[in-house]
Amino acid sequence: MGLAPSLLHRRDAGHKLLVPYVTGGLGRDWIDSLEAVAAAGADAVEVGLPFSDPMMDGPVIQRASVEALASGATAQRIIAEVASADVSVPVAVMTYYNLVARMGHRRMAHLLAGAGVTGAIVPDLPLDELDGWAEEADSAGVATVLLAAPTTPPERLKLIVERARGFLYAVGSMGVTGERADLAASAAEIAGRCKAATDLPVLVGVGISTPAQAVEVCQVADGVVVGSALVRRLLDGCGPEGAADLVREFRVALDG
Amino acid sequence: MNAIGELMREPSASGRYGGFGGRFVPESLVPACEDLDRAFRLAWGDPTFRGELDRLLREYGGRPTPVFACRRLSERIGVRVLLKREDLNHTGSHKLNNVIGQALLAEAMGKTRLVAETGAGQHGVATATAAALFGMDCTIYMGATDIERQELNVFRMRLLGAEVLPVESGSRTLKDAVNEALRDWVGTVATTHYCIGSVMGPHPYPFIVRELQRIIGDEARQQCRDLLNADPDLVVACVGGGSNAAGTFAGFVDSGARLVGVEAAGGAAMSHGIAGIVHGMLSRFLQDENGQILEAHSISAGLDYPGVGPEHAYLGELGRAQYEQASDEEVLAAVELLAQTEGIIPALEPAHAVAWVVREAGRSIPRDSSVLITMSGRGDKDVALVMERLGK
Ligand SMILES: Cc1ncc(COP(=O)(O)O)c(C=O)c1O
Repeated sequence: MGLAPSLLHRRDAGHKLLVPYVTGGLGRDWIDSLEAVAAAGADAVEVGLPFSDPMMDGPVIQRASVEALASGATAQRIIAEVASADVSVPVAVMTYYNLVARMGHRRMAHLLAGAGVTGAIVPDLPLDELDGWAEEADSAGVATVLLAAPTTPPERLKLIVERARGFLYAVGSMGVTGERADLAASAAEIAGRCKAATDLPVLVGVGISTPAQAVEVCQVADGVVVGSALVRRLLDGCGPEGAADLVREFRVALDG
Repeated sequence: MNAIGELMREPSASGRYGGFGGRFVPESLVPACEDLDRAFRLAWGDPTFRGELDRLLREYGGRPTPVFACRRLSERIGVRVLLKREDLNHTGSHKLNNVIGQALLAEAMGKTRLVAETGAGQHGVATATAAALFGMDCTIYMGATDIERQELNVFRMRLLGAEVLPVESGSRTLKDAVNEALRDWVGTVATTHYCIGSVMGPHPYPFIVRELQRIIGDEARQQCRDLLNADPDLVVACVGGGSNAAGTFAGFVDSGARLVGVEAAGGAAMSHGIAGIVHGMLSRFLQDENGQILEAHSISAGLDYPGVGPEHAYLGELGRAQYEQASDEEVLAAVELLAQTEGIIPALEPAHAVAWVVREAGRSIPRDSSVLITMSGRGDKDVALVMERLGK
């Protein structure tokens, strides 16, 4: 099933959506972590294809990217590993546009589709620059997830919503990925604006670090993306089981 | 846009120079880039803004900078060398032209804080200077490696009241400092202006910085006419991101002069780079087959950058400008040569332009040609490094 239908199906059955993020190629057992996380109550999983210059990422995902690249991770290898992973929920990749452009739009779209990846998030490819990639992604059946930020004006949000596929990624806090002690006030506000603008699932990411924050923002949003909080534990060596434990905590809280 | 007369004027609405440029930033920053574009166009057409900028560049910055005809160097190498003396600007480099303009713009936009990246520290010092002048807060990101090799400039920035934050990620040089400045800006855009240091980054930055540096070329064109009764045969400038070169070329792009940009051999994005997208722009970057960005290596922190501004990628593709390289050794020799023939100690960055001219004089530069070189900065910041490398 595609990313949007699968998430809509879960949402319309009354569930809040949980999408954990794992940096691809981080540690030898990263695929085990991905599988464990997926089985622990995720509704989809996001796999980072690491880039040398991750402009949208804070220290945790930067460090994970450096470690993964140092151990020889490449987009091709990560996507091939995803293809043979035992994951029963949709997989989306998150990466930076240079990796896509270097490989070529069509080749990347087909590689992803061939591996069963149904979504792609490319944060440095905003609406205005989207055309070349989106055409190939659409025709290969890969949903390009777009971001909506607290600073996005209303008219622009309408245009974003028209082009968004899979789900709408509401950027919860102005800033780069990373854990925050408190949920930004902007999170519920942008989630609300997105909800009013689209029937696609609205997931809030950036700065969702605790189950309590996830519950709070899900009073408005359909779900959350949890990145740095999980990747920090993986960097600290929590292993697949530890990663699954954290995802279960979020799941339980959201199912509250 | 393709006619030579139209070159180095307006980019397309999406900020393209031919196929290069654009605005590849996270959604959070798109509205800020749009605001900046509007504010700049308004200011640039406003006589009051232009008048205040002119006044500051004159009374505070020391403009116009002279063009100096080098007698002894010219005799030595057999071509007629003229130097556009941007090293005589307040703070010692062309960077001041850009930051005074951007600070004035930031003020007009109601921003109270400047954030910037720096490599050699010249742009950081210039930004810290402008922040002091305008009474703004200032944070400068600088690679940890560069902090070690440009100690004096770090202290200078702190003395000017700026906060200097070391960047430990990646290659710990200029490219990583740009990443960190962009990350800062994503979180602080409501109050902060990102005062980028070269003709790079997302649209409209390459356009803004080129327009603010255009004064180098516009002045030099007239000064060359006064001195030579003609345009020079060649116009040569070093290229890191490419701002002093873009500003210089803008004044000569519709002349008959051959335009030459000189990169560091270890950071030659024009010669060895491949089209890619980093720091918000589609341009040429040193990268591997997977699209990971490679580290540049140069004796000069200001040219230690694996990319280049998008308009240079376009001028190179068109063949209107050519891009060459100079090695660390040639650069050190050029520093000594210029110091001892003309009494001018250049910064390592413009010494690349001098080094290329010295190497090519009588070869690809015909004897007795007239060559304008942009002396983008003075060498004080590099003296310790040069002393160490020359073993004296
Ligand atoms: C004196 C001087 N010249 C040149 C440069 C390179 O920058 P650009 O290529 O933008 O002129 C620098 C950068 O730090 C510099 O300090």
